[in-house]
This record gives sequence, C-alpha cells and structure tokens, in this order.
Amino acid sequence: MIELQHIKKRYTEQDEAVIKDVTVSITPGEFFVMVGPSGSGKSTILRMIAGLESITGGELLIDGERMNDLPPKSRHLSMVFQNYALYPNMTVSENIVFGLKSRKVDRATQFQRLSDALTMVDLTDFSSRYPRELSGGQRQRVALARSIVSGADIILMDEPLSNLDAQLRESMRYEIKALQRKLGITVIYVTHDQTEAMTMGDRVMILNDGIVQQIGTPIQLYQVPENTFVAKFFGTPKMNVIPGVTDWQNHGVAINTPFDPDALVGIRPQAAHVNQENKDDLAISLWLASMTYIGSDTLLFGTINNRDETVQFKIKGMANLSPQQYVTIYVSREDLYYFDLAGQALATVGV
Amino acid sequence: MDHAFSSANHAVVKHTQLQQKLKTHLAAMGFIAPSAIFLGVFVFYPLVKTVYYSMFLTNALGQPVKFIGLSNYGTLLQDKFFMKSLLTTFIFVFMVTLLTTVSALALAMVTSKHLKGTTLFRTFFASTMGVSVSVASVLWLFIFQPTTGVSDMVLNLLHLPPIHWLTDNTWSLFAVILTVVWMNLGFSFLALTGALENVATPLYEVADIEGVTTWHKFYHITLPQISPTLFFVGTVTMINAFQTFGQVDLLTKGGPNNSTNLIVYQIYKDAFVNLNVGKASTESIVLALLIALVTIAQFKLTEKRVMYQ
Repeated sequence: MIELQHIKKRYTEQDEAVIKDVTVSITPGEFFVMVGPSGSGKSTILRMIAGLESITGGELLIDGERMNDLPPKSRHLSMVFQNYALYPNMTVSENIVFGLKSRKVDRATQFQRLSDALTMVDLTDFSSRYPRELSGGQRQRVALARSIVSGADIILMDEPLSNLDAQLRESMRYEIKALQRKLGITVIYVTHDQTEAMTMGDRVMILNDGIVQQIGTPIQLYQVPENTFVAKFFGTPKMNVIPGVTDWQNHGVAINTPFDPDALVGIRPQAAHVNQENKDDLAISLWLASMTYIGSDTLLFGTINNRDETVQFKIKGMANLSPQQYVTIYVSREDLYYFDLAGQALATVGV
Repeated sequence: MDHAFSSANHAVVKHTQLQQKLKTHLAAMGFIAPSAIFLGVFVFYPLVKTVYYSMFLTNALGQPVKFIGLSNYGTLLQDKFFMKSLLTTFIFVFMVTLLTTVSALALAMVTSKHLKGTTLFRTFFASTMGVSVSVASVLWLFIFQPTTGVSDMVLNLLHLPPIHWLTDNTWSLFAVILTVVWMNLGFSFLALTGALENVATPLYEVADIEGVTTWHKFYHITLPQISPTLFFVGTVTMINAFQTFGQVDLLTKGGPNNSTNLIVYQIYKDAFVNLNVGKASTESIVLALLIALVTIAQFKLTEKRVMYQ
C-alpha cells in the first residue's frame, strides 16, 4: 500500500508549489496511472515516490512506514525510465544483474532471477548483446527485466513507451500489463497519452498544474468526468463544451438544462447523429465548415451560433451532408454533460 | 563519315575531361598548399635535417663535418649519462601522467556535485591553462624559496623541518613533477569535467534506486562513460611530459647532481651549451621514437578498456 497524504513540492521558498496537495492511496497489485499534459507534475510525483526528488510537504507512506527521508534504495521499489537508462558498457545480462551484484545477492539467485526475467521479456537469445545492438523495444524490455529482477513489488514507470513508434507502443502496452498481472506487482505508471492511461490503468489519476483533477477507473473518468478538463482530456475527438441555453436560443436550438441557464453543456462528438431518434432529441443547427470521411465515420467541423470556437462531431458511416451550409444534427438528451461556469460538473446525466 | 565525326567528337570530349581533371587537381592543391607549406617548413624540413645531422660529426658551429652513419646512436646507447637521463625522464613522465590524471579526475568529480560555489572552484582549477610556463616556474620558485618561501613557512608553522625542494637530490625531481602536474591540471580538469557532465543522470538514478554502492557506481558507470576522455587526457599529458623543458630550465637547470636532467634538457645542453649538434640530433630522434613507441603501447594496452559509443 502506497499512501500519499497531502504531498506538496516547491523548489524554492519563493516559488509557487508545482505539486499542490496530492492525496491518494494505491493498493497492492494495482496498475495505477498518472496522466496529464506536460508540466502537470506527474513525473515529479513519481520521482518523489522514488526518492529522487525531495518531498516539501505531506507524508509518503509505503506499507504504513514513513518514507519521506529514506534514500531511494531503502524504499524497496524499482523504476523504468523513458530513455531506458541502460548501462552502455554492459551486456543485457550484466545490465539486468548489476544491481543484484552490487547488493551482493548470491550467484545462484542472481542466475535464477536473470534467466526467469529474460524468459519473461523474451530476450533469452539476446543476453550477451550490448544495448546499442538492440532496437528501442528490446531496450525497453531489458529495462523492464532489470526492474523485475530487483524483486521489488512496486515498479515505477516514467513514460516508458514514449520513445517507441506507434505500433510497438501498442504491443508493449499489452506486454507490460500482462507482466504486471502475472507478477502481481504494483505499478505506478506516468504517461501523457490518454489512450495508454485508459487501456492500461486499473485506476487513473489525472493532473493539471500540480492539482489532482480526478481519480477513478477509466470508465468513471470517461463517463462521469468531474470537470471540463477531465471531460476534454479523455476521448478522441475531444468533447465539445459549449455555453448553454441563453446563448443558443437565436438559432432555434435550446437546451432546457435542469440547472442554471448559464451552464456549460458538453457533447461528445460521437453522440451526434443526423436523424432524429427520440422526440426530445436536442436539435443543433451547425454551420458545417468542412467534413472529412475517414472510412468508418465522418468527421464534421463547424461552428454553432456564429461562435468562434470550432466544434467537432463524428457521424457513423458516410454522412449525406454538404459543407458550407447549415445542417441539423441531433443529440439525445441523456448524452449531454452539464458543467457550471467554473467547469465543475453539475450532475451526471446519462450514466 | 559518321564514324569519323563521332571519333573526333570523342577526342574532344576526352580532352575536356582531362582539362576538367587538371582543374580539380589544381584547386585541391591550392587548398592543401597553406598547411603543406607550413608543415613542410616548420615540421618536415627540421625533421629530415635532424635525421641528417644525427649521422654526422659536427663542428662547434653546428656544421656537419664527417659522415659517420649510425655510430652516433651506438655511442649514445653506451652513454651512462644519457641512460640516466632516460630513466629520470621515464620516472618523471609516469608520475606526471598518473598524478595529473588522477588529481584532475578527483577535482572534476568534486566540482560535478553542483554545490554552492562550484563555478568559482571550476574557474580556479581551470585557470592554470592561462598561465605560461615561465610565470608558473617563477611562482613555484617563490614557493620553494628556502627560508622565505611559502612552503617553508607552512612547514615551520607545523613544526616540521624545512625541505630543500630544489637543492636536495631526493626532492628535486618531485618538485619539478609537482609544478608540471600543476600546470597540466587546468586542461585535464576541464576535459574531464565536460566528460562527467555528459554522463546521463538517469544512469545514476537507476543505480541509486537499485542500491548500487558508490564505488560500483564510480567503477562501472562513471569510469566506462568517461574512458575516451580519460584516455585522451592521459595520452596528451604523457606526450607533453616527455617534452618538458621550461620548468627544468628555470627551476633546477637539470640539477642538483643531474637528478632532474630530463631528456629534452639534455638535448638542449648538448646542442647549445656543449655545441654538439650531431649528438643532440641523435638524442632528439631517439626521443621522438620513444614517444611514438610509448604512445603506441598505450593505445594497444588501454584501448580495449575504452568504450566509444
């Protein structure tokens, strides 16, 4: 169990805190993802857990023991870095057992753990190669093996897949996830990629500017976002957030929100359809600026109510519409999200 | 007719091709000329001339008088005086290379910690690069000065007997070594600082997390990563040490009792004091060969341990 209690980080006394009060408990065996845009502080939190960065305020507990002032090696965890951090002068095997050797683990154990780890990451045939002779994916697997071999039951991963190409990244996602399941270890995984967060995480913490926006399962984050930041972060294309009813009436589109008439309304692009399905479906008059047919769907780009910001909708199949004119699209009422003007969710309709 | 025309045409083409080739060659020569002339006049011509002189008996004006083949070399190898100078040089070079590399690395490691005042100390340590040999020698002369020198003052404060750095057989070579190491330190320090800065931080972070000991971190991460620079610094220092002249000339004049009579100083004395240019030339050639040999040996011995990325 890893507990962060009101964790704060500031670099100098005068500076504003980069991490402002993070509290979360991560249960053993959990795949916990920290996600957010760059500069949101997710890597800093990870490095504070690892002990590579000092903690300015709050408590860090691992299995009930206070970790704040312990050196990294005493926290019994291991870490995988974005750039792999393999020792270039050592072979794959040497890289993997270097830590064990330095800690004077006996040779038989070293060998046993090495061969287990090599099998697990499927690198047995590469054990005597040097990192420079391996591909990016193989290097990252060596880094994984090194983490596994340490015997730590917590592995921290700092954007481990972002140096890989798209295809490899996808397959590595499943490999890492499967490995974690098999070993029953706790993984804290940092990424800026919402798809990685959604597909890998048991639970996801989303951060912005050092502030936790929401913690929950991927499904909760997608279906019940607590604010517009979360709502816009998950899902591609991202959710349209449009000012509510009063602003809309001129064009004959009105949303009778159950809330303040000034509420913001969120519509996921794929919630739109061209035909009215229910009587009370919301009809939106969209100035269709352009459209793109992408095979399974059609993407519509346009504006509502002469507003500046572009909205985007996704229609199943090939939509029989023509651009540069007003078209009407429909959204069923249970697919609408409501936020107050500060961006906080008002209630959760449609779950 | 058609055939004749094409053959004539062919000849023309060939001619212009030749012209073109000549032009490129001329251009290439033009580009090489400045450095070729410079090297020719200041390096290759003196080298050839030295080899030439080394096979002659010369008169007091330095003119070759009688061709004697390789017998200058034979005489030299039986010359106890020269052999002692050679031995002194080897001890000197070994010590200078070792001490310079080790202390430069130590200083670079200390200042790579990014503590307060690091920049100031870095500037101090690198500053010997800007000091000339003569100035440095005079400075050390003041330090080594009996009774009034800083060294004796410090020793006196510690209630230790004074050391006759430059006049005592046992200390003189060490004193010269000390000044030369001090001189070389700036450059080596700077090069090694750069190398240390280039070692990727995550390598140490992984090691920290895995509980790797400080010694293992140094031996298995730092050393291999900076080995190319270390090798470079070692080689350059060694070659420089072989050619040390200024410090000896200004501090000890090769004495006392020839204890600091390094080979280059011996060459200087033979050529300009004893006016035996033939012998001096022979010694120069032997020195050049020795430097080449030792450098090759160093390459062969240590290159395997150097890791180029």
